[in-house]
Amino acid sequence: MNAIIASAFLGVLMMFASWIFDNEKTHTRIALAGLLALIVANVLQLNGIYTIPVDYKGLLSFTQFGLYVNTILFILTFLYVWLNGDEIAKIGNHAADFYALFFFVLCGASILTSFNNLLMLFIGVEILSIPLYILTGSDKKNLNSNEAALKYFLMGAFSTGIFLLGITFIYGATGTFQLLNPNVNPATGMVREQLMQSAGLILIFVSFNFKVSAAPFHFWTPDVYDGAPTVFTSFMATIVKATAIIAFVVLFHSQFKALGYAWELLLTFVLISTLFVGNITAVFQRSVKRMLAYSSIAQVGFMLFALYGPNNFANEGILLYIMAYSIASIGLFGVLIKMKDYSFEAFNGLAKKEPLLAGMTTLFLMSLAGIPLTGGFFAKYYMLNAAVQSGIGLWLVVVAILFAAISVYYYFKLIQAMYFAEGEPAIHEMGQSYKYKLLVFAILILALGILPNVFLSYLYF
Amino acid sequence: MVLLSILSIPFIAAIILLFVKPNEKANYIAIASTGITLALALNIAFNGAANFDASWIPSINARFVLTADGLSKILLLLTGISFPTIFIATSKNEIKNRAQFLSLMLFTQTGLLGVFLAGDALLFYFFWELALIPVYFLCSIWGGEKRVAVTFKFFIYTFLGSLFMLIGIILVYTHTADQSFAIQAFKQATLSSGQQLTAFALFFTAFAIKMPIFPLHTWQPDAYEQSPTAVTMVLSAVMVKMGIYGVMRWLMPLFPDAFSAHSNFVVTLSVIGILYASFIAIRQDDMKRLIAYSSIAHIGLMSAALFTNTEIGAQGVLIQLFSHGINVLGLWIIADIIEQQTGTRSLKEMGGLAKQNPTLGILLVGFAFANIALPLTNAFVGEFLMLNSLFQFKPWIAAAAGVSVVLAAIYTLNMVQKSAYGEVSEKMSKMQAPNMPAQFVLIVLLVVVIVSGVYPAPLFNLTADTLQQLFIK
Repeated sequence: MNAIIASAFLGVLMMFASWIFDNEKTHTRIALAGLLALIVANVLQLNGIYTIPVDYKGLLSFTQFGLYVNTILFILTFLYVWLNGDEIAKIGNHAADFYALFFFVLCGASILTSFNNLLMLFIGVEILSIPLYILTGSDKKNLNSNEAALKYFLMGAFSTGIFLLGITFIYGATGTFQLLNPNVNPATGMVREQLMQSAGLILIFVSFNFKVSAAPFHFWTPDVYDGAPTVFTSFMATIVKATAIIAFVVLFHSQFKALGYAWELLLTFVLISTLFVGNITAVFQRSVKRMLAYSSIAQVGFMLFALYGPNNFANEGILLYIMAYSIASIGLFGVLIKMKDYSFEAFNGLAKKEPLLAGMTTLFLMSLAGIPLTGGFFAKYYMLNAAVQSGIGLWLVVVAILFAAISVYYYFKLIQAMYFAEGEPAIHEMGQSYKYKLLVFAILILALGILPNVFLSYLYF
Repeated sequence: MVLLSILSIPFIAAIILLFVKPNEKANYIAIASTGITLALALNIAFNGAANFDASWIPSINARFVLTADGLSKILLLLTGISFPTIFIATSKNEIKNRAQFLSLMLFTQTGLLGVFLAGDALLFYFFWELALIPVYFLCSIWGGEKRVAVTFKFFIYTFLGSLFMLIGIILVYTHTADQSFAIQAFKQATLSSGQQLTAFALFFTAFAIKMPIFPLHTWQPDAYEQSPTAVTMVLSAVMVKMGIYGVMRWLMPLFPDAFSAHSNFVVTLSVIGILYASFIAIRQDDMKRLIAYSSIAHIGLMSAALFTNTEIGAQGVLIQLFSHGINVLGLWIIADIIEQQTGTRSLKEMGGLAKQNPTLGILLVGFAFANIALPLTNAFVGEFLMLNSLFQFKPWIAAAAGVSVVLAAIYTLNMVQKSAYGEVSEKMSKMQAPNMPAQFVLIVLLVVVIVSGVYPAPLFNLTADTLQQLFIK
């Protein structure tokens, strides 16, 4: 609750900040301070200290898991703003406006990690989504950005409609919006109710697939990620996507596990097509930014393995996954922002000119590919283990592994460009401090890859 | 603690080298660190060492366990000897950014030592990959003309293989009694025969690619040819042994039924591979490729003998793990000296080495004899045992493998004849003063070849415990 109140309040505060202070650097500082406050507020609740006692009427429930996810998301946002503050200031007129939107997104995120009711879920998703439409179109003079925003908004609105319809069906079948209510009992429930619930379930499933950009509902992703300003792509592809995945996993672990087989078959279909579309299409991209968009689809394919849970590996694994994936991606986008040109060729010879930067980029890419010593390895490892433990066929794991091997191809293409190709990299000037900030990301990736336990032990305290 | 220190010394040296600029100093640091590693390896091999056990990831019960039995010790010795040898032998070669080069080499050594010591499946996988990644960069940056494509093929091949092994590890892990990665727990895992078969296939793919067993060998000759020679030496002397090691450490004890059920299949593949590689070796004109194919043939014999599932075969393989590493190292160093000084690898352009540099000529003949496994050389002991096991397995298999011994004599002696004897060719006349450090190393290696050929008892003693574990239940 602390986080929801604080983030909404901070969002409003940021809106006024642009009115009071004219300096963009000050905006960034205020946002960072606000994020710190948000982290503190959340950690306080994690330790049982509340601001305002509220009777939730069962609409929200704050679990250890949800609060820990909040902490991760807030810290990731903090790191993201800390790294990208200057870039955000370059877009639009007032950086503070964007920070306000970030806080609203985080408000939606904290609802999504604690919903106990389908209506709260719906509200959370909407609070999360609407700021994103604005962020996508924030580069007002760029036609691509406008197109992306419109596309995203239309498709998003459409999926919202499907989502609502799904909730309605489930309400019709069970008579309540609450989660953890017994589902329609297959033995006694009427056929019509069972059908309604299944239909509702499928609609919600489809809508969530749209939100996390799983195939075949991914078509908006490349255009939106490509069209949006790169800093905001970085935000959308990592923190927002992570939130949506967590909500997806929590919902399907709690409510619909009992329904079992029907949607697991659907899930398997979605999972394989996501891995297929993401990985195969990424191979053919010429622009690194678009490659990362498709790779983010491919990564979702792996994250979906968590839905087969619930078991310990799924719960811990999805946390590790969103941490490893987000840190590596924010880092990669952080490098990409500094490139004048987003093609693979632009990276030629980067290792000679900027050895440290190239080394860190290599580390991020290896993490995304899931190579040991980086966080990505354990993330993938936990996901595969979750799948094996839940008893689905081993063949699915083998398929996923084959796609992981394909992903090595396009991630390493960039490494090859940096290290083994000759050329003059087209790169913007960057201060030494920017590199040190990226170094923090690199160290986190290594830490996740060597001692993942340090990050997971907080889950159980 | 000795086990932890043998692992950390190359690692620390590698990190130091990342920050060292002058290239001369880098060489000394690298040689010194590998010298200490060799001393520790000798100490572990002949005095034994206590297991090292520390907590790593408690939530999934993965521990940082290092253990050394005979199998580990013999490969520790090989790794320990190979690296200083390689560094000294190539110390006069021109290498750009030598410090980084040596640093990556030492990271590779860390990975290799870790593979041979790990007593926990996840840790084993970790080091397995750690050994591969620096090699990827070594070959792609310092290799020959086609290096990027060739190395990438090699990388994808082995990476895919190890991913399969990862699934195998997960599969066995979920069936262990206490959900742990310890090798003891893995041995006691309750797998149905179907699951055992699946897990066997998954592990085997990884090891078969690494060894490599025909028809998964296609990455190897190109990779050997395109890699910088120092890396080729590591690849063929030590790294391919990872595959054999994996079979002995994980496949044999974990899936005994699946293992014996597939022995026919794998032995046949291996023997096909031996003959195939030997025939190609005869046709080679490029010295490096010839040695590469000869190495494939030798490894094929080892995998065939191993999969006969006989004690005598395993004994032969254990000895040969060490001997083959030493022999092939010697051949590579000689090939490298010739290439560095004359600028050619083509046997047609060679000739007259014995006149130009008699010492090197004698050394070449010595290692060539070891490659053919003549009596009194180290390889004889191992190959004799291995052929013996094949004969016990199926006489016609032994006959086919026996042909390979003849073929080995043909291509090896052909190589010696074309390079060492005859008139001094135009290229060979460019031979300058002998490369003293490399020749010194070669003499040391030749002494090892002969001593372990005449008196192999220490090697037998060293590996007795592994054999006992594998064959006496």
